[in-house]
Amino acid sequence: MGSYLTAFLVGGAICLVAQLLFDLTPLTPAHVLVIFVVAGGVLGGLGLYDPLIKFAGAGATLPISSFGNALVKGAMAEAARSGPIGILTGTFELTSSGITASIIFGFFFALLFNPKG
Amino acid sequence: MKDLLKDPAAYQALANEKKPKPRLAKNLTMAFLVGGGICTLGQLIQNIYIKFFNFPPERAGDPTTTTVIFISGLLTALGVFDKIARHAGAGTAVPVTGFANSIVSAALEFKREGFVLGVGSKMFILAGSVIVFGVVTAFVVGLISALL
Repeated sequence: MGSYLTAFLVGGAICLVAQLLFDLTPLTPAHVLVIFVVAGGVLGGLGLYDPLIKFAGAGATLPISSFGNALVKGAMAEAARSGPIGILTGTFELTSSGITASIIFGFFFALLFNPKG
Repeated sequence: MKDLLKDPAAYQALANEKKPKPRLAKNLTMAFLVGGGICTLGQLIQNIYIKFFNFPPERAGDPTTTTVIFISGLLTALGVFDKIARHAGAGTAVPVTGFANSIVSAALEFKREGFVLGVGSKMFILAGSVIVFGVVTAFVVGLISALL
């Protein structure tokens, strides 16, 4: 599931590609992130993202492209189990922890802290 | 100087030369090093969950992501995240650190509009587009794969 070296190189390379798009195209960071999510989802649908995770571990699971991959894989896996309705019930299956954690931490940090600067 | 006024091509060349260059090499280096560094740290966290908390390797991504989200959220709340992100560019924006930062910073920023209309409504003001396009992609790809 990836070594420290492959995690560093692949994670760094994905960020480097994004930085190239930030600096050399008129795309906003929001557009670039959306492109990465969609690209991750398409690669996941083609079965090409899992080999990258095997190779790079956290270098492939932490970048936002992994979010697209996980949404697609959740939908496809649940559709294979329970038919087309699985596309709706399975989409958030694998990403639930990340989204739920973000909401919980967002709420409680807003409760405990005030914005700086 | 007169030549420059008469010759648009020469003027353009001079203007391009004087224009502040985006510090591309520095930005790319920082994005690569910080992004790679975050993923290496993530790999360490993941290995800790596998080794000491007995998570099966294929499920260890969940607690890892959650931990990175917590750290990013805390650094955002403490005002430290922005200082790193200013230099790291895509290095902090592309990993899940950027997703967490966008949610926690929006939650903090809109706290002044109240917990229901501010924090509750506007937490996803930045992260929303990533979720919407991710879900639409999952729907389309899932549908195609179900039909094939």
